Amino acid sequence: MAQWEIVIGLETHVQLTTQSKIFSGSSTAFGAAPNTQAAIVDLALPGALPVMNRGAVERAVRFGLAIGATINQRSIMARKNYFYPDLPKGYQISQFETPIVQGGGLTITLDDGATKFIELTRAHLEEDAGKLVHDLFEGQSGVDLNRAGTPLLEIVTEPVMRSAHEAIAYARALHNLVRYLDICDGNMQEGSFRCDVNVSVRPLGQTEFGTRREIKNLNSFKFMQQAIDYEVRWQIEQIEDGKKIVQATVLFNPDTGETRAMRTKEDAMDYRYFPDPDLPPLVITDAELERIRAALPELPAAKCARFASQYGLPAYDATLLSQDGATAAFYEATVGGGADAKLAANWMLGDLAAALNREELSIEQSPVGAAQLAGVIQRISDGTISHKIGKSVFEALWNGEGENADAIIDTRGLRQISDVGALERIVDEVLARSAAQIADYKAGKEKALMSIVGQVMKASQGKANPAQVNEIIRRRLG
Amino acid sequence: MSVWNPFATVAETKAALDRKQVSASELAEHYLARAEALNPTLNAYVTLDRDKTLAEARAADARRASGDTAALLGVPVAHKDIYLIDGWRTTCGSRMLENFVAPYTSTVVANMAAAGMVTLGKLNMDEFAMGSSNETSYFGTVKNPWDLTRVPGGSSGGSAAAVAAGLAPASTGTDTGGSIRQPAMFCNLTGLKPTYGICSRYGIIAFASSLDQAGPFARTAEDCALLLNAMAGFDPHDATSLDRPREDYTRNLARPLAGLRIGLPREFFGEGVAPDIARAVDAALDVYRKLGATTVEISLPNVKYSVPAYYVVAPAEASSNLSRFDGVRYGHRAERYDDLLDLYKKSRAEGFGAEVKRRILIGTYVLSHGYYDAYYLQAGKLRRLIAEDFKRAYEVCDLVMGPTAPESAFAFGAKSDDPVKMYLNDIFTICANLTGQPAMSHPCGVDDSGQHVGMHIIGNYLDEARMLNAAHQFQRATDWHTRHPSI
Amino acid sequence: MSLTTQDIERIAHLARIAVTPSDVTDVQAKLAGIFQLIDEMQAVDTRGVEPMSHGLDMVLRLREDAVTETNQRDKFQRNAPAAADGYYLVPKVIE
Repeated sequence: MAQWEIVIGLETHVQLTTQSKIFSGSSTAFGAAPNTQAAIVDLALPGALPVMNRGAVERAVRFGLAIGATINQRSIMARKNYFYPDLPKGYQISQFETPIVQGGGLTITLDDGATKFIELTRAHLEEDAGKLVHDLFEGQSGVDLNRAGTPLLEIVTEPVMRSAHEAIAYARALHNLVRYLDICDGNMQEGSFRCDVNVSVRPLGQTEFGTRREIKNLNSFKFMQQAIDYEVRWQIEQIEDGKKIVQATVLFNPDTGETRAMRTKEDAMDYRYFPDPDLPPLVITDAELERIRAALPELPAAKCARFASQYGLPAYDATLLSQDGATAAFYEATVGGGADAKLAANWMLGDLAAALNREELSIEQSPVGAAQLAGVIQRISDGTISHKIGKSVFEALWNGEGENADAIIDTRGLRQISDVGALERIVDEVLARSAAQIADYKAGKEKALMSIVGQVMKASQGKANPAQVNEIIRRRLG
Repeated sequence: MSVWNPFATVAETKAALDRKQVSASELAEHYLARAEALNPTLNAYVTLDRDKTLAEARAADARRASGDTAALLGVPVAHKDIYLIDGWRTTCGSRMLENFVAPYTSTVVANMAAAGMVTLGKLNMDEFAMGSSNETSYFGTVKNPWDLTRVPGGSSGGSAAAVAAGLAPASTGTDTGGSIRQPAMFCNLTGLKPTYGICSRYGIIAFASSLDQAGPFARTAEDCALLLNAMAGFDPHDATSLDRPREDYTRNLARPLAGLRIGLPREFFGEGVAPDIARAVDAALDVYRKLGATTVEISLPNVKYSVPAYYVVAPAEASSNLSRFDGVRYGHRAERYDDLLDLYKKSRAEGFGAEVKRRILIGTYVLSHGYYDAYYLQAGKLRRLIAEDFKRAYEVCDLVMGPTAPESAFAFGAKSDDPVKMYLNDIFTICANLTGQPAMSHPCGVDDSGQHVGMHIIGNYLDEARMLNAAHQFQRATDWHTRHPSI
Repeated sequence: MSLTTQDIERIAHLARIAVTPSDVTDVQAKLAGIFQLIDEMQAVDTRGVEPMSHGLDMVLRLREDAVTETNQRDKFQRNAPAAADGYYLVPKVIE
């Protein structure tokens, strides 16, 4: 049986975070009653004309600069003509021959730590279509044009991914980046970040691409994985059965886990693109380009390098903490709040990450804030509490049982006992009832010592400083 | 008001209002009465709404009483039925929009209302402005008030006929390939298509977006200047609107023409122009020379490609602009249909007339896969070459003149079976739309059959004031423009 | 350039206009003349010429990102051939 190579390219539709639509002053807010955010231009009333939103253009440029692409300082808005009820003008305003962003790319990190550079073909500005609802009216579909005209950046990769894993790593990296740049809210349920995945297979070693099928509108990474896996299996089976793959657009059904070809539109390939005569060429001056470049946030790669050098973090920690803007900001706020840099990293990647994961929360939703976490770490560092007590203080903060670490430590009397006299009294009490362990220790069994330390810790309700306890016992038994 | 002369100019009307010799309400009533009486014969108006008009007129009188000095306060005007006016039915001469009530007002009409003008009604036109004779309107042909057997010109035929017949002192039109200038000639009026971008296109139903431009019809160049003052202005709703300070287009009217250099393109005076039309134009040029202007022969070698380039660009843009008329959100929807595809096809087949469908098909074809470079792109390049011809011409002349159309008002049906013949009637006017330059037509004589001849003036970009100056001085020296039909 | 009946049927479908066989014949005859006119421009050598669509070589003016529209659904839907519960209605679409 032949070995198959998978070839994947992605087209991602990223809704830009503007207040108003790309060509009108209608709101882009999600979830409004149908057609209440569809004005003259969005409804394509006779006589309506588009006027382009500066905010959308700036976001596209920001993206282009962040991925090292060429910004075409003169780009053309074009009309893509086709009829569909969700497309009120009968054409979509998009970019065809000259997109605003060309080239560039994104480095992805795979599970095994390997990295790969994903080249982008282009990113262009366009308007979103409206929505159709099929289940509200008997025999009819309802048209809601609230979404029509929402600004989109369509980001297209070269067909350079070779597995579902790579595709998902790319999609995640892109998802992180657009949120980092604050150009997209990344909300996949609401459709703010939608992926079309082009999949083909070819015998390993063959240079020509196989015929591709495009899986439309995947709005979760999980579905993307399932859809690609299914599609690849299906295509290989077809070919092995001697059938040909026909180029098609397919939909993924999350309920069945299968992909299914959409009804073919025989004229789908003839969009009659031409420059939109309502919109003269989009020109970005050098000054505008520089202004946008100067306002760019620190990008993940630069931030990662800085975390490693400034905070002395290992590459692994630095990568994880710089991957998305919110996590990086939380980390820097924790360190800024007085926490040791390495301990802060350990806590965030350890206890905090585990807790967030367990309750399916994002870092922005964390019940323990950066200042609170810094407080916990500071008290461990200065010896006020042990690491173990620190964990319970963290839990208490998580459950909202106190304002900050100090308050919880005080009300619960968790302060570590470092007073030598007090510790010696506890050690002496424990030694008095531990004749057997003492004998073992003296006979050379190191383990016996640990058992005595454990009993002292227990007697102190965990508040004794373990290092000091160890030292006192050794001295007493010396 | 004693007896109002329905053929009074805008300037005269304004003066009478200023002197309180007449009120806005009396004027509105006068023109409404004439329109109601004569429209059954002429079919110039598609919609009259007495209550709305009189309410506007009363409001204008109230503004005057309260000391408002808006430039044209109380002067009535009628609008081509391509301009949306909130609450008015707006049909664009099409069955597609037979029952469409505009939910907002176009910028040009809003500007004119701000200047105090009162809307008399909506004027008949070729369907979606596609035509040169007003024979494509779903609401019937418009008669030329000078000769009821002849066409008034198109596409703004209702706009021309209404003013010519004294059913309005002035009107608005739109000009995509000559739709103001050619009917102005056919009806013995002065009509102006300004530089592309001077008048906002917002709220005007688009035919060909890169060519369409709004402009006035009136009896005189002076009136056109007054009207353009009201119509023009930057509009943030139109991305192709020119962002520049307001201009007073009357400012140069009184200048003598001494030193004015008039370019006469060889290509506008050759074969194809009826000899009696050429004679009328030559006589008018003598008047210009007597007024101090000099004439110089020039050449515009690429202008002969105007008609083919136009018949690519205009249908291409129209085919896309008219896709929104799909029977979903507004407009005609077929009674019966099997599914969505059938709804689209039947609604559009029923809603559009033959000429509109023909142009949509041409446009669809020239944009379709594999033809873009040969047609739309090539036409765009020819537009550049034509514009460069004019640029060279303006090195030796200030204005370009010639006949507005190669022949005068023709009989109904004379060209309606041969689209190419019809298209060639726009041979001189189209180039100004392709380049975006201002152009106008003013009355300059009659041909052997007594039909009117127009002098076509093309100016450099933004040179409207100079064109209006020339035409105004011509009109001070002649009386062609003062003639009106006995109707 | 002459258009076949298949060409006419294809573009009529693309343009979503129903045509009868007699329409096709009529349109075919008229378009033939028009395309003869249009094809005159094919002979011009335009190599190296930058196409023009607007005089004065305009560039795009941008507007600031601000919400300026309010809900006017009821007014707009008064022109709708079929609407219910705020939606415009079309025959059921199957994707």
